[in-house]
Amino acid sequence: MSSRNVINLERTDRHIESRTRHPGLNLGAAHAEEEDTREEMVFGFWVFMMSDLIIFGLLFATYVTMLGGTAGGPGPKELFEMKSVFIETMLLLTSSFTFGMASLALKYREDKSRLVFWLVVTLLLGVGFLFFELKDFHTMFDKGGVPSRSGYLSAFFSLVPLHGLHVTGACIWLLALLGQMAVHGLDAPVKTGILRLAILWHFLDIVWIGIFSLVYLGGLS
Amino acid sequence: MSTRQLKEHEARECRTEQRSYVWGFALALVLTLIPFALVAFTGVERMTLWITIGVCALIQVVVHLRFFMHITFAKNKREDLLLILFTVLILVILCGGTLWILFDLYQRMMPGMML
Repeated sequence: MSSRNVINLERTDRHIESRTRHPGLNLGAAHAEEEDTREEMVFGFWVFMMSDLIIFGLLFATYVTMLGGTAGGPGPKELFEMKSVFIETMLLLTSSFTFGMASLALKYREDKSRLVFWLVVTLLLGVGFLFFELKDFHTMFDKGGVPSRSGYLSAFFSLVPLHGLHVTGACIWLLALLGQMAVHGLDAPVKTGILRLAILWHFLDIVWIGIFSLVYLGGLS
Repeated sequence: MSTRQLKEHEARECRTEQRSYVWGFALALVLTLIPFALVAFTGVERMTLWITIGVCALIQVVVHLRFFMHITFAKNKREDLLLILFTVLILVILCGGTLWILFDLYQRMMPGMML
């Protein structure tokens, strides 16, 4: 085989692969419109996500330094329930997977129904997660675990509900995108929105890995 | 809008990517179930348990980054990876520093407060 053939093959491969490169699923050559703007916006969102990661990281560090500061109040063993944490974990993990399915539906099929289906499933799982988390906080309050009780609980309630607030924001964003899609159809801004929300959603699941491992399982063991 | 007719290479790519998400989900599921099962059903010694939980969590983070966020060592994805590595560096300095200073302080000023 001559060297020219090899070069040609490489070229076609690169053409199929599409030009964009940003975190998350890249949409590829079939969605070429405004590809450059999309690359910039999604990458910019990734930079924002990384700064968000620093906030969460520092709240984790604060939480660890406050582990001993229960001031005679209830500690992790009295406050946490393994079962509901497990349910929350499963809901969020599954929602990350269904969002992946939504991203694939966006990339490979331009019929909206399958995309909307996966997005709605994701939304329901997210809302289910929030429901169980709020129920958890309610049980904690009943046991006297309020934020003002001790330094430990203040640290807990600045870390875990901040994650919950992010999930709430992501759910509202998802609703807004569904509305946008209903009015304008699947145009370029909606596609960019879905790609960015996918990054936020997967990112929140990663932060939750830290929360269930360090806060809940670490506290219960 | 109607369903786009997939070309052959696209259909192949679609199947590969779908399989990648399923793999990621399965691996993440296993890595979640291991620490939960250990804490719920076994009486392993505390330190071993913590290390296992930590290792599972770290692997799961990598699994999520690789299979859900598509961050790999491929040449065209380097920038995202570099940004993560830089953020991790900042986090290690800030968090490590915080923990170091505060636990040192605890030990000097109120020994016995921490575990």
